[in-house]
Amino acid sequence: MLDSTSKQIVKRSGGVINPAKTCQPIGAMYAALGIHKCLPHSHGSQGCCSYHRMHLTRHFRDPIMASTSSFTEGASVFGGVANLKTAIKNVFTIYDPDIMAIHTTCLSETIGDDIPSIIKSAEIPEGKLVIHANTPSYVGSHVTGFSNMVKGMITYLAEVDVEEKKQQVNVIPGFVNPGDMREIKRIVKIMGIDSIVLPDTSGVLDAPMTGEYTMYPRGGTKIEEIKDSGNSLVTLALGSFASSDAAKELKRKCNVPEVSLKTPIGVKATDELIMSLIKKFNKEVPYELEEERGQLVDIMTDTHFHFHGKTVAIFGDPDIVIALTEYILSLGMIPVHVLTGTPGGAFEKEIKAMLLEAGIRANVKAAGDLMELHQLIKNKPVDLLIGNTYGKYIARAEDLPFVRIGFPILDRSVHSYLPVVGYKGAMRIIEMISNALLERADRDAADEDFELVM
Amino acid sequence: MAIDEKMLEQILNKYPAKVKRNRKKHIVIRDIEKGAQEIEANTRTIPGIITNRGCAFAGCKGVVVGPLKDMVHIVHGPVGCAYYSWGTRRNKAKSENPKENFLNYCFSTDMQESDIVFGGEKKLAKMIDEVVEIFHPKAISVSATCPVGLIGDDLVAVAKAAEKRHGIQVLAFNCEGYKGVSQSAGHHIANNILMEKVIGAGNLEEAPSKYSINILGEYNIGGDSWEIERVLKDIGYHVVTVMTGDGSYEELKNAHIAELNLVQCHRSINYIAEMLEIKYGTPWLKVNFIGIENTIKSLRNMAQYFGDPELIQKTEEVIARETARIEPVMAQYKKICEGKTAFCFVGGSRGHHYQGLFAELGVETILAGYEFAHRDDYEGRDIIPEIKSDADSKNIPDLHVTPDQRRYRLKISDEKMAELKKRIPLGNYKGMISDMKDGHVIVDDLNHFETEEFIKILKPDIFASGIKDKYVVQKMGIPSKQLHSYDYSGPYAGFNGAVKFAEDISMAFTSPTWNFITPPWKNKPLLDGKIVDEEAS
Ligand code: SF4
Ligand code: SF4
Repeated sequence: MLDSTSKQIVKRSGGVINPAKTCQPIGAMYAALGIHKCLPHSHGSQGCCSYHRMHLTRHFRDPIMASTSSFTEGASVFGGVANLKTAIKNVFTIYDPDIMAIHTTCLSETIGDDIPSIIKSAEIPEGKLVIHANTPSYVGSHVTGFSNMVKGMITYLAEVDVEEKKQQVNVIPGFVNPGDMREIKRIVKIMGIDSIVLPDTSGVLDAPMTGEYTMYPRGGTKIEEIKDSGNSLVTLALGSFASSDAAKELKRKCNVPEVSLKTPIGVKATDELIMSLIKKFNKEVPYELEEERGQLVDIMTDTHFHFHGKTVAIFGDPDIVIALTEYILSLGMIPVHVLTGTPGGAFEKEIKAMLLEAGIRANVKAAGDLMELHQLIKNKPVDLLIGNTYGKYIARAEDLPFVRIGFPILDRSVHSYLPVVGYKGAMRIIEMISNALLERADRDAADEDFELVM
Repeated sequence: MAIDEKMLEQILNKYPAKVKRNRKKHIVIRDIEKGAQEIEANTRTIPGIITNRGCAFAGCKGVVVGPLKDMVHIVHGPVGCAYYSWGTRRNKAKSENPKENFLNYCFSTDMQESDIVFGGEKKLAKMIDEVVEIFHPKAISVSATCPVGLIGDDLVAVAKAAEKRHGIQVLAFNCEGYKGVSQSAGHHIANNILMEKVIGAGNLEEAPSKYSINILGEYNIGGDSWEIERVLKDIGYHVVTVMTGDGSYEELKNAHIAELNLVQCHRSINYIAEMLEIKYGTPWLKVNFIGIENTIKSLRNMAQYFGDPELIQKTEEVIARETARIEPVMAQYKKICEGKTAFCFVGGSRGHHYQGLFAELGVETILAGYEFAHRDDYEGRDIIPEIKSDADSKNIPDLHVTPDQRRYRLKISDEKMAELKKRIPLGNYKGMISDMKDGHVIVDDLNHFETEEFIKILKPDIFASGIKDKYVVQKMGIPSKQLHSYDYSGPYAGFNGAVKFAEDISMAFTSPTWNFITPPWKNKPLLDGKIVDEEAS
């Protein structure tokens, strides 16, 4: 497995080998699916749309609907104005969404199609909406695309129509699974606070089996809610890479103050989420949540010897990896290599600060790739690898226990339904980590060391 | 339930007039009395339509070039195109020396904004240099993605310069995704370059043994090619190269020495098949190794071609042995599948190929179609002269080859050829439509709207397609089988593959999970007595 990857690291600058990121439009498509009755639209050649739908489908194991401008060579030369106008007309006639969310691709960006003016001149049926986000894939990553689309939702839709802000919170959950969005909503709800979570793919991409197919399932943030987000008291941006831009836009456009938090993975980040809610809304934390937290800490303590002192390599999307690293440290584990494919100095800065506080030295890298991660591991081996499905090649090559967290996970299921966020999610992560390490201990144990109770 | 022209009209009425006019030509209800029926194919998908189609890049790098295991395949462009075509197609490969198999790697120049503005040629050249230094591949491919063509990067020039620097072949594929109307354009582009630069570059002049063949258009999804090769080797064939499943650059260079080319997927590789015939005099035979009957027929046709009694006898022996072994197992599965109906909408050949296997299990294919095929894949190669080229197809250059002065050799005499052509599909493919029964529906580039509508009317028991439809259909409570990726199972080709397929299809029908869709409280009244009460009152 990956036999051509040598221990010796040669500096490279010609591109990436085994990328740890993908392109913007897939993130934009995912975000748009979090609006109720929305059809994402990919303005470019149909290949991109096909790839993005395939990849999202593999991760969620649920239908991913999106249309495309189906560029041909002619459109690439003369621009995609006609294609987009035709597409808008056809989409509303045939697929009847309430809203169409257009994102661009490398092609339409390189051509320079001016989407807002095309939208203005297009035939849009009464009461229907078209929004857009520019998502050039040669900038940032899929996380950037997600961020841009959520920002686009605010730019187009958020409004202020009350004098005094409403006692409600906007939560931008970031590029996480529907199961996570559900969990975040649940936490805010038991705090007794009204919330607008956007986008919200729960009920869309974890839709139940009913024997009937509906193109637009029940879930998703309603357009009214997005409009109303301008009236909220505060916006919590969970994960700065995926959520900050939209929160800032809400501040700029509607004067809703922004609080930037980590993705609530692990005890500390979840505590911070709850503390922010307490502060803004003057609420008591209900026993239900306190109980959950207590349970989590109970588990952390009871099982600490399963993972304490173990060394870890973590890779994935910046917001997820930042929060995970913090949690890993809370568990007494030692991050050795921490990498994201997404570019961004903030990633390295934030992780390094955490590590400094913990007195740990590690390799921290933004805009890295998995070839590099693999080589780092060869040079400094670890006990555990955490990341998305693509880590399985490294795990096999180096015979490492492997925990799958992040996007995409293509070779296991159920992950999109269950949270990794909140106290419940933190319990799940311990279960995954402990199991991976203990399975390995069992597998490797000599008969005389093979234990019943661990 | 069958479908007639009136019902079809009703479905299409939902479309805007222009779309309706267009889509109508892509849908045919089989009417044997009418004789040859025409279908439109390989034309643009209308913007806004939710299509299953991909792009030329996917057809070139993803389908034809990517499986060559001993090459490094660099994708020149922003990161996405490379990322999505990394490890997602299940074209399996093994190498004696694992350091000569790069299929688990993904190479992207990961173009950034500055590359788009100032050009990406330097970065590409750098990547090639780094790849050579680290991986020492025997050859490299470079595939273009959409923005590359637009900014004017000259892939061919970069490749040429790199060849000079490193002394290995660097193949440039200008397969920008916007070319043509689907993956099909990419197949053609890939065929041209492989024919021009690789095939024939080897120095073997003669096959090392009798009955040497190439297998074209077989991509070893789920190990299909390994099962086919098992049987062929058993009979006594020598497989020179497989294009391109588990294929290697080294072997491909010597593809010219074969005595016969087998064509499994006609759509993706017929260009090479034809060019091999013109350049080296090697005829091609259309085969279909999906389904027992089709496999047997293909094996017998091959034996007919070589015409050697010993080979014919060995063929029959292997057929007898294999069928005796698997028929009882198939019979068991048939009991489960018998009487059911299927939709089969796949790619450019499987929409046709799987119908025989379904039929062997007692499953009738009532609707079929291709995603990116041409008219000849539906109507047969005889109509090729009638196919009009349009602006999109004209963009893909045809490669014109001439007989190789040194290596051209008629493999069989003209008379023998003419005689064989009457009996076996030598240099011919008769297409899908002629195999379909009256009233069955053929749809080209089936889209999401039509999928839903046809399912409502025809209510198939199973839907064979790809990942993008799979969960749509399953949400309706209908089992769905991915026939691109086989739902991570396989092989489905040959004898063992037929059994595996039968097992998987039966599993889809009999999984107890379907029984839980309706909650018990929706099945019957909650209070037994209530209805009686109401009746009484
Ligand atoms: S950018 Fe072009 S080459 Fe890449 S996936 Fe999209 S259509 Fe295909
Ligand atoms: S062309 Fe751009 S948008 Fe399309 S798949 Fe490739 S990287 Fe993504």
